[in-house]
Amino acid sequence: MSLFLLFVGAVLVNNFVLARFLGICPFFGVSKKVETAVGMGLAVTFVMTVAGSITWIIQYAVLDKFNVGFLQTIVFILVIAALVQFVEMVIEKSSPDLYQSLGIYLPLITTNCAILGAAIINIQSGFDFLHMLVFTIGSALGFTLAMVLFAGIRERIELSDIPYYFRGLPIAFITAGILALAFMGFSGLVK
Amino acid sequence: MKLSILTEGIFKNNPVMKQVLGLCPTLAVTTSAINGIAMGLATTGVLMGSNVAVALVKNIIPAKVRIPAYVVIIATFVTLIDLSMNAYFHDLHKILGLFIPLIVVNCIVLGRAESFASKNGVFDSLLDGIGSGMGFTLTLFVLGSIREVLGNGSWFGLDLFGVHFSPAILMILPPGAFIVLGFMMAFNNFVEERRRISRGGAQ
Repeated sequence: MSLFLLFVGAVLVNNFVLARFLGICPFFGVSKKVETAVGMGLAVTFVMTVAGSITWIIQYAVLDKFNVGFLQTIVFILVIAALVQFVEMVIEKSSPDLYQSLGIYLPLITTNCAILGAAIINIQSGFDFLHMLVFTIGSALGFTLAMVLFAGIRERIELSDIPYYFRGLPIAFITAGILALAFMGFSGLVK
Repeated sequence: MKLSILTEGIFKNNPVMKQVLGLCPTLAVTTSAINGIAMGLATTGVLMGSNVAVALVKNIIPAKVRIPAYVVIIATFVTLIDLSMNAYFHDLHKILGLFIPLIVVNCIVLGRAESFASKNGVFDSLLDGIGSGMGFTLTLFVLGSIREVLGNGSWFGLDLFGVHFSPAILMILPPGAFIVLGFMMAFNNFVEERRRISRGGAQ
């Protein structure tokens, strides 16, 4: 049951984008169309899950064992950068179709703070491996959900008559604020 | 001439308002003016250090591996700042928490290293680091002030309106960050448009 609550909490209540402010750059950058938002969300879900698992293992098998916890930031970002590069090469070789649709988002993911953020939160919360996995997948799905919803709204905004000075990013921010307000409605769901 | 490098980052190329970089910490930690300043200064410290270091080693690093090399340099300075803040400003470090290590993935830092420090001298890069850092700090300070005044009725912890004021708590909750920054950007557009029109009218 607590695993289920952790999952719901990660997807809805502590939504990565709208409550924790992680991964804002891609949230605004690639949310102009629903299709690209779905692509980005899937790429992030995949990388976040793999990166979360690897950094979790490194933290407990290497950093803690040799008492070099202060290297956490440096090691994690290198692992993520290398992983993204590696995933890009594997996908390019094994599935050109998937590469076509995800390819452009992969390099962007290295500088997506949601990935590093999730890795660090996993360690700070002291999750065991199973909880870490559930939390990471939940967070990534929450990110995808928020992005897809936001992209849907933005497609509609494109067609509507916005006051001149609010066109473009300002109205996008205010829309995101209202979306965040809606997501706050979930906050009673999990304590 | 040198001064223009400094002011460029603060106003003309403000990292948040003009380049729309570094949004995560901008939105997350600006629940009060002091938090905004602390985050801004921490980022400025990293920017100065990484800009100088990148400018020093720019001719040694092969072009192909420069991005990973920059990331390692930046991560080193972030770790330094992280540990020293934990030692000397423990309370602030606890509030900013996760977002201190996340300076590594702040696009502003890597952006300045790649677009300025890798092409310019050490001193100019230092100035650019200070300028961009100050621009970032200024934006965070304004955003933090607006949110603190509206959402908590105080400024730098000082009570402004007395006991009968009921603050709009929304402003210090997550949605407030998006909404206030949206209005700040719209205001920025407005000011620029006005300036453009008045300049056009004078000619």
